[in-house]
Amino acid sequence: MDLSRREFTKFGCRIIIGAAAGATIVESIATLGVAQEESSNKEYDWNEHLWGYVVDTRKCIGCGRCANACKLENEVPFDEPVYRTWIERYRIVREGTEESVKIDSPDGGIKGFAEDIPAEEIKKAFYVPKICNHCDNPPCVQVCPVGATYKTEDGVILVDYNYCIGCRYCIQGCPYGARYFNNEKRTADKCTWCYHRITKGLLPACVQACPVGARKFGDLKDPESEINKILDKERINVLKADLGTKPKVYYVGLDREVR
Amino acid sequence: MAVENLVWGYIYPNEIEIQWSVLIVLYPYITGLVAGAFIASSLYHVFGKREIKPVARFALLTALSFLLVATMPLLTHLGHPERGIEIMFTPHLTSAMSGFGYIYSFYLIVVVLEIWLSFREDIVKNALKCKGWKKQMYSALALYSYDISGKALHDDEKLAKKLAIIGIPSAAFLHGYVGFIFGGIKANPWWSTPLMPIIFLMSAIVSGIALLILLYIAASKLRKKVLNYETLFSLAHYLWVFLILDVALELLEIISMKYESLEEIEIIDRLLSEKIATTFYGVQLTMGIFIPFVLLILVMVMKNREQLKTLMIAVSSIFVVIGVFAMRWNVVIGGQEISKSLSGTNTYVPVFFSQEGVLPAIIILTIPFIILLVLTYILPPWKDMDEDID
Repeated sequence: MDLSRREFTKFGCRIIIGAAAGATIVESIATLGVAQEESSNKEYDWNEHLWGYVVDTRKCIGCGRCANACKLENEVPFDEPVYRTWIERYRIVREGTEESVKIDSPDGGIKGFAEDIPAEEIKKAFYVPKICNHCDNPPCVQVCPVGATYKTEDGVILVDYNYCIGCRYCIQGCPYGARYFNNEKRTADKCTWCYHRITKGLLPACVQACPVGARKFGDLKDPESEINKILDKERINVLKADLGTKPKVYYVGLDREVR
Repeated sequence: MAVENLVWGYIYPNEIEIQWSVLIVLYPYITGLVAGAFIASSLYHVFGKREIKPVARFALLTALSFLLVATMPLLTHLGHPERGIEIMFTPHLTSAMSGFGYIYSFYLIVVVLEIWLSFREDIVKNALKCKGWKKQMYSALALYSYDISGKALHDDEKLAKKLAIIGIPSAAFLHGYVGFIFGGIKANPWWSTPLMPIIFLMSAIVSGIALLILLYIAASKLRKKVLNYETLFSLAHYLWVFLILDVALELLEIISMKYESLEEIEIIDRLLSEKIATTFYGVQLTMGIFIPFVLLILVMVMKNREQLKTLMIAVSSIFVVIGVFAMRWNVVIGGQEISKSLSGTNTYVPVFFSQEGVLPAIIILTIPFIILLVLTYILPPWKDMDEDID
């Protein structure tokens, strides 16, 4: 083949553009495939939904059933310090004339909380359930160097375990500590809002397990959904709003001490 | 040690495990040495500083030796090293990390070409002179093109200069970019700053020059040749200048953090006073910057006494390379020792024997010196050192 330099350049450019377009198509198909793998419901159309989550911190009693249900449902190891959801306990404690904030979450709150400070010293106390915020502007997706973690059309952040290289940049990038390293899969891992359940019309395990209704889950696209009713009625906050991550976990009764 | 002793205050439950180990400390350290050594060589190749000529080609070989191992700590650290190449095939372009493969490869090509052009005359002469397998090797290295006429060499030089001009921004980009990997993480208040790339770059140049000084002194001692003091003092002078830029930026970062006193200041204060006090104030600032700064001023004002001045420069350079390592440590490890809850701290405990332990780190840091030894055997840069500067 006898090509001039100009022809060669044009030819080269075409190959590069073609390959990039091809890769994009393949990648979008692959992404869809992985999300579908999470669900056994082939009828499910992710364009019809946008999932959201509400936590009413005023209701949480710190029983830990949610975190326990999550580990069981998603086979998150019980003997490792890794959590897809956990409960934090905040106690404002009087020490003479001073006040201090004591925060803890022993074993993610799975076994509940021990009363290790005399009640009369505690001025105020409350529990705050934590979970992946499935941000609309997710920093974990932004920093993944290979696109192994991605946002589905229905707003859930998932990890492709067959693609993740295990660099852990996403764990560093998440401001909420919601991600962990799965030592068995050797990849990053996180809450999926029980994608395998919600695509079949079930609730996430943590929401199902909560005995007091502190955790609510539903479709933001459905004006009649319970979470939309709460969002319409209550004063809502999100965690670390200043970081611009646009979380889709909405908090009712969030205290200023919570980060 | 029990977990309770390592944790202070409240950290998110998933933060118990520190994700980026000593290997990730090595990564910016090694790329920094590469960028620094390359920029030192371009002082001659681009800016025509003839006093640097004796070490210019040696600096290029040093840069290549370290560049060849720069990916090792990363690959060793990955959960799936076999998938690492995906970063080249399907880079996710919003990620600061995704450009690494391309920037690295581009820079590797620039450095290799630059070395080839500056050693081509020697390679061709060896190909013509040697016998047997050596002839084969040098002929292959010469790409079977033996034109070393005055015009050909002049063209080489012109091309080498152009390449070095591309090389400087590439070196700056390679390392500035490594800074951005940390600086662009808004989740971490200790990392997130637009100054990070430029701080990384300045400390890179500082560490590269210091390493070059040490290797130059070592090579001269081993070869039992006298040092070219003009070259040595000139390198020391550049080291001093870049130390000033480096410390100005590092202090600016800390001072503005303290002055603005945002939400995270309490945990940053705790990091600086409890967690990394020794490695930050002691090693990074005092040993790595202030002592060399003072010693190098003395070198510049003292007359004669070459032996003593050489010793002072050597000590400064050793302190600088240790100080810059501490700087990388304080960024990478320090940033992970504070909780993103801003309410507690964790402690990194290095392990010796493990995939991410101290032993692989030591091995990875030894390899470049072996590569350099081999490279200087194949492409000896010594004659530049033994000639007088014209």
